[in-house]
Amino acid sequence: MSFSWTRAGAIFRKELRDYRRNRFVIGTMAATPVLFITLPMIQLIAANVSGNTAHLNLRIGLSLLYMLVIPVTMPSVVSAYSVVGEREQGTLEPVLTTPIRREEFLIAKALAAFIPTVVIAYAVFGVFLAAAALFAHPVIVSAIYAGTHVLVQLLFTPLLAGWAIWVGIAVSARSTDVRAAQQLSMLASLPPLVVVALIALNVITVSTTVALGLAAALLAFDLLAWRVVAAMFDRERLLTGH
Amino acid sequence: MMRSLHEAATPALVVDHLTKVFGDRVAFEGVSFEVGSGEVFGFLGPNGAGKTTTVRTLGTLIAPTSGSAIVAGIPLNAKNGSAIRSRISVMPESPGLYLRLTVMENLQCFAGLYELDDIRERIGRALRAVNLEDRAGDLCGSLSKGLRQRVALARAVLNDPAVLFLDEPTSGLDPVATNEVHDLIASLRARGVTIFLTTHRLDEAERLCDRVAILNTTLREVGRPDELRQRLFRRSLDVRLHVPLHDPEALFGAVPQVEGWEQTPSGYTLTVSDPDLAAPALARALVGAGADILSIAESHHSLEDVYLELIDEDVEARST
Repeated sequence: MSFSWTRAGAIFRKELRDYRRNRFVIGTMAATPVLFITLPMIQLIAANVSGNTAHLNLRIGLSLLYMLVIPVTMPSVVSAYSVVGEREQGTLEPVLTTPIRREEFLIAKALAAFIPTVVIAYAVFGVFLAAAALFAHPVIVSAIYAGTHVLVQLLFTPLLAGWAIWVGIAVSARSTDVRAAQQLSMLASLPPLVVVALIALNVITVSTTVALGLAAALLAFDLLAWRVVAAMFDRERLLTGH
Repeated sequence: MMRSLHEAATPALVVDHLTKVFGDRVAFEGVSFEVGSGEVFGFLGPNGAGKTTTVRTLGTLIAPTSGSAIVAGIPLNAKNGSAIRSRISVMPESPGLYLRLTVMENLQCFAGLYELDDIRERIGRALRAVNLEDRAGDLCGSLSKGLRQRVALARAVLNDPAVLFLDEPTSGLDPVATNEVHDLIASLRARGVTIFLTTHRLDEAERLCDRVAILNTTLREVGRPDELRQRLFRRSLDVRLHVPLHDPEALFGAVPQVEGWEQTPSGYTLTVSDPDLAAPALARALVGAGADILSIAESHHSLEDVYLELIDEDVEARST
């Protein structure tokens, strides 16, 4: 049997319905953008444009880094729940007794976390750019558009989300407790953010080519993570613990 | 549900020396049996006997350590997992419903997982089968345990499975809900669905199953409940008298069909070669001896007696 988007779609739709009625997920998805739009705006509005350029760049970098924390933190909560949560609810076994293949199950779970995350992260970034244009000093606005800031945001948002999701699902597939899985997956999804932070804070100055190269490397890691997670997903171990 | 003649003649399940070992623990060993199409097959055994592991193995969730099986006409192996799962249905012990989704949404999800075409019609049929048409819009989290079990049954029949595995379907239910589930299983049976019923409720097995297998890591017996009774217990007569006999040994010894006897709190139990011949001869002998007969009846051994006899044998074998 080949990959079926009908079966993957059934899980994807179920996930979105389940999220919509889950107060914890809704709360996380609503609170994270509010938090990550408020803090960077305060950073920018309070910035002293007559001070030294390095300090100003640091503030802009920090503000943009907040944007990139969204695709790391938001999906790790739901993806860490994806397998162990179903196991705790007793819903994993009925699903696994259907013809669904592990690749279909995992892709559906990943997309259900990926799409809302990327939509929200891009929307927050759009609101951030609009708010900066309206309220921040023109020097700050031009500094945001200078260099690779916007490119880094656009490229790394989905790639960081992808990494956080696969790490979350991997941890979830090996965990027996939802809370432990969520905490561990949050920690495990942070390392790529360090590289991005160094770029955003201008510790590493990157050209467009280097930014694209790093994005390609992260994409390769995402694809590798997907293969590893698919190999780790073993029906027998998930149901029996053996 | 109509099945073709060819389908009816083909066994729905063929299990041959199937074994599953987890590390150094044997879950079940050397299990062999066949289940015919349209048959309700009871799988009995004490807790930890390997019943659920057997169901999970036949449902392709667990790989067997050795042995082979054909499930719904398809050989059991890793490559055929998805194909087998599309032809069967498994209802685990816990209903496993998405509680934040409605009954309809739960069924729509599983209809998608089975890639069914006429989803609306199938869901309607499944809900009618479990008398839940009017609860389709209810959140599953708001349903009682019995209703959730019915939703799980509706989900299990959604794909018109060739074999339906029911793992302890009445576990934890009250008598009313249990009765409802029994009626549903009986209606599925009437529709010709092959059912593999795992239970440790012997009354349930006796009421619903054509044949039963008793598992205690190894398969102890397979057969119709009456066959198992005959196989395990010698035929006997229960005799109740108004006053105990003065010399029962002399009286019973004089009746040729009586092979042995023992006194019970309510009278006597006699082992006989043929109850139809022994009962009239015994009645004549008792009347001749002046005994006041209250009743003479063939002893009835329940499936529970069969079960306990076999499990006791295992306990004794392990302790020696």
